[in-house]
Amino acid sequence: MIDIKDLHKDFGSNQVLKGIDLHVSKKEVVVIIGPSGSGKSTLLRCMNYLEVPTSGKIVINGVELKENANINLIRKEIGMVFQQFNLFPHMTVLQNLMLAPMKVRDISKKEAKKTALELLTKVGLADKADAYPESLSGGQQQRVAIARALAMKPEALLFDEPTSALDPEMINEVLDVMKKLAEEGMTMVIVTHEMGFAREVGDRLIFMDEGIIVEQGNPTEIFNHPKEDRTKLFFSKIL
Amino acid sequence: MDFNLKIIFDSLPLLLQGALVTLEISILSVTFGFLIGMVTGVARLSPFRVIRYSANIYVDFIRGTPLLVQIFIVYFALPIIIGSHVNPFFAAISACSINSGAYVAEIFRSGIQAVDKGQMEAGRSLGLNWFQTMKHIIMPQAFKKIIPPLGNELITMLKDSSLVSVIGFEELTRKGQIVIARTYASFEIWIAVAIIYLIMTFTIARLVGLVERRFKTE
Repeated sequence: MIDIKDLHKDFGSNQVLKGIDLHVSKKEVVVIIGPSGSGKSTLLRCMNYLEVPTSGKIVINGVELKENANINLIRKEIGMVFQQFNLFPHMTVLQNLMLAPMKVRDISKKEAKKTALELLTKVGLADKADAYPESLSGGQQQRVAIARALAMKPEALLFDEPTSALDPEMINEVLDVMKKLAEEGMTMVIVTHEMGFAREVGDRLIFMDEGIIVEQGNPTEIFNHPKEDRTKLFFSKIL
Repeated sequence: MDFNLKIIFDSLPLLLQGALVTLEISILSVTFGFLIGMVTGVARLSPFRVIRYSANIYVDFIRGTPLLVQIFIVYFALPIIIGSHVNPFFAAISACSINSGAYVAEIFRSGIQAVDKGQMEAGRSLGLNWFQTMKHIIMPQAFKKIIPPLGNELITMLKDSSLVSVIGFEELTRKGQIVIARTYASFEIWIAVAIIYLIMTFTIARLVGLVERRFKTE
C-alpha cells in the first residue's frame, strides 16, 4: 500500500535521508526506531508530503506522490498523529473531529457527529465531546488526535513519536488505543521510542541510523539477535 | 495672554461636526483597510509566487511612501489618468483605506505566523487544502492575536486622517482651520482640537482593551 523507492531528502547541505527503500503492506504495523537525527520522522513526514523529498519515488495505493499531483486526495487516506497533538484549540473536541470529514469528504453534519461520537467512545473520551483541548490532559489530547485522524476513515495512519511529549503516566492510555487499532487491522507506520510497544505490537521493526535503514525484520528477532553493530550499539545505550 | 473659553464653546458645534467626520473616515478606512489587509496578508503567505509578489509590492509601496503623498496622488494625479474630477470624500476614503490596508496586511501576516505551524500541518494532513486550512483553522486563531494591533491601527488612522484636511475635506483639523480663519483664536482652537482627538483615541483604546479582555476569558 505504501511503496518507497530510493528516497532522498536534503535540508540544504545536510542529507537526512540517503536512499530509503520501504514497502508497507495493508494491515501491517511497521515500527521505526533509531537515534534522534537518524531521519525517521523525516521519512514519516515524506509519506504524506509534509516534507517534499529531494529525489526518489513514493507510491501510495498505486498513485505516485508528486509536486503537482492533487496531494489532498492522498492525504485524506493517510492520517497523521503528531508528537505535539496539534489539536485545533478554538474548537471543541467534537468540532475537531467533525471539521475534515465535513469539508473534505462532504459528509453531512449529522453523520459526522455520529461518527465522531463513536470514535470518542472508542478512545474512551465520549464525556469530553464538548470540552476544549486546553482543558484535557496530554494523554487525552493525543487520544482525541487519534480519533480525529480516524474520523477521515483513512486507510493508513502515521504516528510521529506519539508519546514523546507525554508525562510517563499517560503513555499507556495512548499506546492502548494504538494497540487496539493494530488488532483491528489498521495499517500503521509508527516512529517511537517505546521499545516494549515496538516489540509487542509491531509486525516489522525498522532500525534507522544516519539516513538509511540499517536493519529490519521481526521485532523479537531484532531485539534478541541484532545483526548489525550499529543496532547493537543503539540497544546497548537504551535497553 | 488670555485664554478665551467662550470662543471654544461657540465653535464647539462646528468642531464636533468635524470630529464626527473624522470618526467616519477613520472607521470606514480601517474597515476597508481590514478587508484589503486580510486578503493581502493571506496573499503574502500564499504558496503561489505571483500572488505573493504582487502583495509584497503593494505593501512595500504603501509603507515606503508618505500618506500625504498618497492622498495627493489620488486627489491630483488620478483625475489626470481617469479624466474627471475626484471628489474629496472619495479621495480621502480611498487613500486612507489603501494606506491602512498595507499596515493591516502586516498585522494579519504576523498574526497568522504567530499561530503554531503544527496547526497548518494538522489541517493539511487531514486532507484540507491550503485555503480551507487558512479559513477554518489558522484565521480564527490569528484573529484573537490581532485585536490589539488592529486597535492601534484605528487610533493611528484617526490621527493620520487629519492629513486629508489638505485637500479641503472638512474633518476635525480642517474645521479647526476654518474656525481660526474666522476668529484668529489659533491657540484656543488648536488646544480644543487636540483635546477632542485625545478623547476619541482614549475612548477607542479603552474599547479595544475591553474587547481584548473578553476574548481572553472565552
